[in-house]
Amino acid sequence: MTGLDRITPPQFNGVENINLIHPERKELDNGAKMFIFNSGEQELVRIEFIFSNLRFDPAKPLLNVAVNTMLNDGTTTMTAAQIADKIDFYGAFLQFDYGSDSSQVTLYTLTKHLNATLPVVKEVITDSIFPEKELATYKRNQQQKLQVSLQKNDFVARRLFNQAIFGDTIYGIAAQAEDFQSLNREDMLQHFKQMYQPGNCTIIIAGKAGAEVIAAVTNTFEDDWNNQTSKGDTTQPEVKSASEHFIYKEKADALQSAIRVGTPFVKKSHPDFAGLQVLNTVLGGYFGSRLMSNIREDKGYTYGIGSGMASFKNAGSFFIASEVGADVCKAALTEVEKEINLLKTEVIPDEELSLVRNFMLGSLLGSLENVMSHADKFKNIYFSGLDYDYYDRYAETVKNITAAELKALANKYYDFENFYKVVVGKY
Amino acid sequence: MVKFNRFTLDNGLRVIVHEDHTTPMAVLNILYDVGARDEDAERTGFAHLFEHLMFGGSVNIPNYDGPLQRVGGENNAFTSNDITNYYITLPSANIETAFWLESDRMLSLAFSEKSLEVQRNVVIEEFKQRYLNQPYGDVWLKLRPLVYKTHAYRWATIGQTIKHIEDARIEDVKAFFKKHYNPQNAIMVVGGDVTTEQVKELAEKWFGNIPAGEKYVRNLPQEPAQHEARRETTTGKVPLNDIYIAFQMCSRADAAYYPAELISDILSRGNSSRLYKSLIKEKQLFSEVHAYITGSVDKGMFVLQGKPLQGVSMEDAEAALWAELEKIKTEDVPLDELTKVQNKTESTMVFSEMSLLDKAMNLAYYELLGDANEFNYETAKFLAVTPSQIKEQALNIFRKENSSTLIYLAEQGNSVNEPELSEAEN
Repeated sequence: MTGLDRITPPQFNGVENINLIHPERKELDNGAKMFIFNSGEQELVRIEFIFSNLRFDPAKPLLNVAVNTMLNDGTTTMTAAQIADKIDFYGAFLQFDYGSDSSQVTLYTLTKHLNATLPVVKEVITDSIFPEKELATYKRNQQQKLQVSLQKNDFVARRLFNQAIFGDTIYGIAAQAEDFQSLNREDMLQHFKQMYQPGNCTIIIAGKAGAEVIAAVTNTFEDDWNNQTSKGDTTQPEVKSASEHFIYKEKADALQSAIRVGTPFVKKSHPDFAGLQVLNTVLGGYFGSRLMSNIREDKGYTYGIGSGMASFKNAGSFFIASEVGADVCKAALTEVEKEINLLKTEVIPDEELSLVRNFMLGSLLGSLENVMSHADKFKNIYFSGLDYDYYDRYAETVKNITAAELKALANKYYDFENFYKVVVGKY
Repeated sequence: MVKFNRFTLDNGLRVIVHEDHTTPMAVLNILYDVGARDEDAERTGFAHLFEHLMFGGSVNIPNYDGPLQRVGGENNAFTSNDITNYYITLPSANIETAFWLESDRMLSLAFSEKSLEVQRNVVIEEFKQRYLNQPYGDVWLKLRPLVYKTHAYRWATIGQTIKHIEDARIEDVKAFFKKHYNPQNAIMVVGGDVTTEQVKELAEKWFGNIPAGEKYVRNLPQEPAQHEARRETTTGKVPLNDIYIAFQMCSRADAAYYPAELISDILSRGNSSRLYKSLIKEKQLFSEVHAYITGSVDKGMFVLQGKPLQGVSMEDAEAALWAELEKIKTEDVPLDELTKVQNKTESTMVFSEMSLLDKAMNLAYYELLGDANEFNYETAKFLAVTPSQIKEQALNIFRKENSSTLIYLAEQGNSVNEPELSEAEN
């Protein structure tokens, strides 16, 4: 075997078509919306029950989190232990997740056990009672966990950054140990009743979701689940960022400093968003990014550095985050500044830009691993008030945006001078 | 059921193909049969440092990541005490790029001094980030040498000390490559939207003429049975006390592994587990408690770990953990409790089949253990476990003289939040 050319890369193909599965839509009698993604080989299904968060009250920063987390801690007819026994016995998984805009209950189950597991989910969503004893346990354990987290520099940096950018809103939430004390059962019950209502619920089913699965979910959640007379307020207060732009928390013995640099930013619905995603990828959005190439692969200052954009219903942010050797913290920030400014002064070379285009399209294709990923793509647009043409625009932008346009975006949106800068450790 | 085809090239490279045409993607996973256990005790952390160097350019391709990203691919790797595993996912239309890249770095690396220098620094920062600059981050650096006195599992994959990483020289890198990175010591799995014929052709084309190299024959001194309870107390800048009890247990390929893993599930998997219900909810002694096994290829560890609530003495916390162990040693596990953890194992297996990369990694790992097809019999092995096997293994593992206890105490004066906590308890 001679003449094998190991130098020239093999021929490759661009990603042409990305086919997204669109859901079947349905609305229950009580107003709950349902979206169904029926596909896949395995006899299993994921069912998400998603509720918009109520208006945030800075005096009770943990209320939403505690209500969501404690949904599996007891109902009128089942104790926390009985709920866990039943779900675990059928090999199912019941998860509770709170986000900035919405909070949810997710059931993963084999379809053969759906009829056994679904009634438990109904119970926790409609009839949770937050027993005093369980609440005391929750407070105690969460306070301990918070103490551990507060020893982690990256955790503290993220909190300080979000607080600076998003202020006193749910996005800037930074609970202190004493906030756990103000939690009480009456507030929680009221919050629960107002928020976990069918009119505020979106059900998303993904997996082998044939007619029987849909019927089971419909029957269970149409039966005796009605809206309360008082509808919860799901609007959110306006975001006000801090005036101080440099936040330093010294940790005397730190071996590394956690740094977080960034700014309030446009949301997903903004026309510049897709172009900014390309720009972000070049800067710090993948392993070969400029920040990684320079600060990790050339200087060896860190194990990892990256940048990203967070887009919420009412606010957004752009950030660069890393943990760097304490002795090179200033040097690392100088390099970050250099890389930001380079994007503003010089156009991205063709070769780099074409690499990033292909990488992003491959990444999008690769993110569609199974039917659940298709549901996730839908959630991504639906809860931002967008439609599937968002992905068409995204792919178009990734393929066609020019280096000059990216440079213009960098000048319009990146201003290192005025970025918030958080350092936890040594500076 | 994960179907696959299997063949071996003349140079000894084992290849497994798993066709899955429901996805437009492909995965190429290469497992090298080398981990931290194969290191010299004076040069620990080397397998992992070497993994970093595998991205520093190969003999014909100066940059590994760029050409892959250019065709829409992504990659990563991990090192454990047993193996080093590299994986690529990319659009299946570009699968040949993965063969080109992986075969070139199996043929030979570039051995660049600059890459070694930078990756030494990166790994040292990783050492700090994950092991030194985190609360409790150094636990495994202390626990491993307590449990293992002879076997190379006594050091963590990151290495025993930063010094060993600082001392790495390019000659060491070359020798390590020659010894471990050749076709005979590798298992390649190609999965996704590919055909077996196509993979055969590409494997022959790109890997067929790589010299077989020398077969590495592993001959590690095995850890002798433990005959005395071991104990160490350490103090650190952490907010809470923490307790670890580690036991020696069987190797991954042993039949006794299956009941042992189910014991860890009975003890701590999910909110219906014994430790959670008893020690967190009922007795309110811990804020968190876990039981898990390392699943090592050689003799493994069964670990109990928990953070007692403030005000609970370490003696009481330790006694409460032992009381749960005594219970599982002396009382038969009720059938429905056993069925529960078996059902969970079964459904987890079905869910893991949703991920192409998981399937590819599993096939490679089971092939390393002896036969990729055993992956398809895993569920059946867990379902066959009986209450008497559970008791037998509990009796076998949970013996004082087989235990290593690490007490991790919070440094005095560090508990700034203590007054608030005592108030909250009222």
